[in-house]
Amino acid sequence: MNFEAARKIRAVVVDDEELARQILREFLSSHPEIELVAECANGFEAVKAVAELKPDLVFLDIQMPKLDGFEVLELIGNETAVVFVTAHDNFAIRAFEVHAVDYLMKPVGASRFEAALKRAKERLEGKGPSNAASAAELAAAARPPAQYLERIPVRDGARVFIIPVAKLDYVEAQDDYVALASDGKKHLKQQTIASLETALDPSRFLRVHRSYIVNLERVAKIEPYLKDSHVAVLTTGAQLPVSRAGYARLREFLDR
Amino acid sequence: MNPLLAQLRRTLLYLIAWIPLAGLLAYLLAMSRQIRPEEAVALAVPLCLFYAFFCLSAWYPCRTTPIDGVSLEKLLMTHVGGALVAAGIWTFAAWVLAWILSSSVSAFRGLNERLFPSLPVILVTGILLYLLSVFFYYVLIALDASRAAEARVMHMSILAREAELKALKAQVNPHFLFNSLNSISALTSSDPAKAREMCVLLGDFLRRTLGLGEKSAIPLEEEMSLIHAFLAVEKTRFGARLHMEEAIAKDALAVDVPPLLLQPLVENAISHGIANLVDGGWIHLDVGCENGSVSIVVENLFDPEAPARRKGGVGLANVRQRLQARYGNRATFEAKGEGDRFRVAITLPAGKSSEREVAAQ
Repeated sequence: MNFEAARKIRAVVVDDEELARQILREFLSSHPEIELVAECANGFEAVKAVAELKPDLVFLDIQMPKLDGFEVLELIGNETAVVFVTAHDNFAIRAFEVHAVDYLMKPVGASRFEAALKRAKERLEGKGPSNAASAAELAAAARPPAQYLERIPVRDGARVFIIPVAKLDYVEAQDDYVALASDGKKHLKQQTIASLETALDPSRFLRVHRSYIVNLERVAKIEPYLKDSHVAVLTTGAQLPVSRAGYARLREFLDR
Repeated sequence: MNPLLAQLRRTLLYLIAWIPLAGLLAYLLAMSRQIRPEEAVALAVPLCLFYAFFCLSAWYPCRTTPIDGVSLEKLLMTHVGGALVAAGIWTFAAWVLAWILSSSVSAFRGLNERLFPSLPVILVTGILLYLLSVFFYYVLIALDASRAAEARVMHMSILAREAELKALKAQVNPHFLFNSLNSISALTSSDPAKAREMCVLLGDFLRRTLGLGEKSAIPLEEEMSLIHAFLAVEKTRFGARLHMEEAIAKDALAVDVPPLLLQPLVENAISHGIANLVDGGWIHLDVGCENGSVSIVVENLFDPEAPARRKGGVGLANVRQRLQARYGNRATFEAKGEGDRFRVAITLPAGKSSEREVAAQ
């Protein structure tokens, strides 16, 4: 065992109900190798705590105020091992798709909790993230079918912004990130433009360029630009390049 | 089996119905002046008896040729053809009968020759009578079909009622149970007395809901005590985050409401309202009784930007459907969010159990 594993495992418990946090606290108290560094009562607090404290392990409720457990996971990245704790069994498949370590059902039993803890330790000793895909990619893939994103959570340091898709003007790809333009601001998020494209409602958002997705409601006009290409002028005044393929898609949409 | 032969009573009634027809035939024959009245009767009565049984056979083509299942041509061909054959046989039988009568009874001598000019009358009457029975059978079939449809509607409404009961039983949200058990589990070590109290509260609530499955209506007062038991449990979970305020008109307490109609509204206000608020919020329940109708308003704070809960609205949709199924347009249901407030308003006709029992007697 190297000295890395010998240090204490730092854990955070997230649940909006005090009694639910209390029982996890009690279970953890019998494990001296684990240090409970924070307790959070909602999604915002959880993202903040994880960003600031960089814990190894998070026990995460799913249905909470502000951000649900999946949104929290999407924002905290996959450096942290996550054990979901919930009364609902219908999120289990989704939870494992986003590489949760375990899925505990309320009421939580001590032996089941120990098993989850054991799995978490194994994951943590297994060095680093289990998968190269980013948490956002996984979360997008695990989105329930036939449902498009209604809002996009974005983290800036310890702060969380929620962008309702109706307020999203356009998306611009920037390497491994996407810049989300909304209300005159740009928010960076670690996600590929392709995975975001599949998560957005195709009747409201269109990929007009390799690097751009536009909110169709914001398109004021389309003007020719150089040969073979166009530029979309948005109601906000922003100008986005439109590729030939993008122009064809746009025409198809407008003709419908 | 021909429905007229299925019961002796029906067969007799059918034959009685033929008596005036026999009279009519005798009258038609006597009109010709060639045939004396007693001869006409002697011919008409056996002929009609024979034809009465003969026309029973019209049932089979009627059954195999449903009136709106085949083309008009086929319908006409079947029945007009049947009528021609039947009436032809009948006319021939009339002539044979006349011949027998004239040769065996001296008073009727020469009847067969005197009947000869009247044979077309018999043929036409035969056709008409056959078509009349066809018509009669079609009416019978239609009646049967409508009775079957009625029975089906009845059956459907029974099924709907059963579905409602099933929905009722399923309405105690299992997640409410799981979360409550989790809270109790947490309390067992930190506050055993509180854990015990919560077990009792939960048991109380469950017992009340179980008993309600069989009832179609309960006084509002009973529903309110159910809600109080529910809130007592939720209060342990949510602590200071949950504030409930009530304003119930006194005369509304005795009014009958479908069981578990309000509880889902309160549960909805908690799970989609209070549970999403970091600092909690209030729920306001307002029940009034005016001009023979009860108005129920549940209002609560909620976070309009809360993460969408996938199962959201099922409880409300259920309440709406139950109101619709039970009261039709005598009840109203309205649910809407405005700003940070969510409001569900219901009106339903006020009935009291005592009144209903009187009506049932």
